[in-house]
Amino acid sequence: MTLLKVENLTMYWEVLRGYVKAVDDVSFSLEKGHSLGLAGESGCGKTSTALAILRLLPYNGRIMGGNIIFNGEELLQMNDQRFQKEIRWKKMSVIFQGAMNALHPIQRIGDQITEAILLHENISKKEAVDRASKLLDLVGIGAERIDRYPHELSGGLKQRTVIAMALACNPDLIFADEPTTALDVIVQAQVLKVIKELQHKLNLSMIMISHDLAMIAETCDEIAIMYAGKIVEYGDVTTIYKKPLHPYTQKLIKAFPSVIGPKTELATIHGFPPDLLKPPPGCRFHPRCPYAMEICRKKDPQSAKVDGKYHSVACYLIGD
Amino acid sequence: MEESVVEIHDLKKYFPIKLGFLKSLTIKLVPEIRAVDGVSFKIAPREVFGLAGESGCGKTTTGRCILRLIEPTNGKILFKGTDLTALASDRMTKLRRKMQIIFQDPYESLNPRMSVYDIIAEPLTIQGIATSADQITKLVSTALEELDLNPPEEFMYRFPHELSGGQRQRVAIARAFVLKPEFIVADEPVSMLDASIRSEVLNLILGLIEETQCAFLYITHDIALTRHICNRIAIMYLGTITEKGPTEKMIQNPLHPYTEALIAAVPVPDPTARRTEIVIKGEVPSPINPPPGCRFHPRCPYAKQKCQEEEPQLVNATKDRYVACHFPLG
Repeated sequence: MTLLKVENLTMYWEVLRGYVKAVDDVSFSLEKGHSLGLAGESGCGKTSTALAILRLLPYNGRIMGGNIIFNGEELLQMNDQRFQKEIRWKKMSVIFQGAMNALHPIQRIGDQITEAILLHENISKKEAVDRASKLLDLVGIGAERIDRYPHELSGGLKQRTVIAMALACNPDLIFADEPTTALDVIVQAQVLKVIKELQHKLNLSMIMISHDLAMIAETCDEIAIMYAGKIVEYGDVTTIYKKPLHPYTQKLIKAFPSVIGPKTELATIHGFPPDLLKPPPGCRFHPRCPYAMEICRKKDPQSAKVDGKYHSVACYLIGD
Repeated sequence: MEESVVEIHDLKKYFPIKLGFLKSLTIKLVPEIRAVDGVSFKIAPREVFGLAGESGCGKTTTGRCILRLIEPTNGKILFKGTDLTALASDRMTKLRRKMQIIFQDPYESLNPRMSVYDIIAEPLTIQGIATSADQITKLVSTALEELDLNPPEEFMYRFPHELSGGQRQRVAIARAFVLKPEFIVADEPVSMLDASIRSEVLNLILGLIEETQCAFLYITHDIALTRHICNRIAIMYLGTITEKGPTEKMIQNPLHPYTEALIAAVPVPDPTARRTEIVIKGEVPSPINPPPGCRFHPRCPYAKQKCQEEEPQLVNATKDRYVACHFPLG
């Protein structure tokens, strides 16, 4: 069953000098129980996409077009009140980047979790507290820590608290925005293990936003590679990592070092990502692409399916 | 074996903890944070030596102590035979020409009110290397060219806010290399950069090391990346070195349980990779009261009685490898 279907979503940031084309014609879909990785470098539009879906855009974020269909319902047509009451946090929640800043410093972690539950569900305080302690057990913090303040917890435990909060209302879909970037490797591995166990136990659907392809490889079923506001390649993780077709994906994967296997040369991509106020005409990757042709400079390539169920690529080198 | 450029012997840095007035009257011994607790290593010319570990293990403090940006509590720092710890500050200033540092965050390490030209020219004028404006301009533009900031005239008069993160870090690297130093400390020089930009910057750094023949201390938390840059690495845990040796051998076949756990924790960019799962429990304990015996024993999956009682010393395991463990793996 398709849980979330995003079609041609376009979101621009309105600034004094015009529009920053942060998300441009982005389409993807997510099956229930699957996890999708949105990968790309800083400024490629991965977080903007999530904010647009969650309706958490700041005042200058403008959705210019597209459809977001969640559980068969068009979200862009829904009024704000209903969205807040019925969708956000109840059906879709977020694990924000940097747990240290996402928690309220002078509220006990248990209170912060119960608050989220009570806001969305008609249950008694006691039931909410019970659920909060169950959640703390589930993420491996332990129910006995329910009365702790955030400063009494280490970074890894704070990150787990934020995960528990995201799970508070049994959402259908969880967005995880760089859930482990501020953590050390060993703690990162512990948190990733919790996330993987939860995916398995609760049959969670997730959208994992990260620049770290290695982390996505370990946690996701499908992956969408974004570059300069567009999805350049989409498919299941094994296909994308083993047989990437887009020149950007090929280079990006080779730019990540690995601790296992033989040592390989790290790939370099010459140049810098474009200014999205005035993105280059045609394919947005063409100024950095070693295979750029005449047509790449003129016409924007459309995403086309290649063999297999999911795999699609937006590049003139592939297909016609 | 080539003469080493930098030699560190038993380097220690303890930070005293500030107490309140009343507490300071009652407590006899001021508690200390043992950030660096007896670290020794050598770096040869052209060698890239990696110092890796989690946050708070003392890797950055070690790097800064070597350059005396922080005064070490104890230990010897030999730079081409001269002990830096005993050096007066005017002689130290002169020697700084030969030792430079690259910081992690190019958004903070460059003065926002100085142009790229001023940033790179400043060390040249302080050290009195170039006096005439022509000379300085020439040196600045070669420095920029070496880092692929072409054409240099276009970048010279820009301010840091007009540059992207990758370009800023290149300016910071140019500033470090413009004096043709013999020793450079780089504290996470690429951790703020995106993957597509990172490898290009690393290649530029490696090229410059080859060209200037300098010794390079690379401080990082990213073990996977050390494979591509470092000849040798040392893993630090709570202020001490737990294992030291050639990078490739250590990654393929770790001797210390901590090294093994650290490598197992690194995510791999390959969804089909099958790996042994060793996720150790808990987090790094406080360096104020490090555990007795081996500092890693409360988290070590193989800990035995002896580990709780006796602190292991860093000893030679095989030809070029050193490990501080009573029961090394392998």
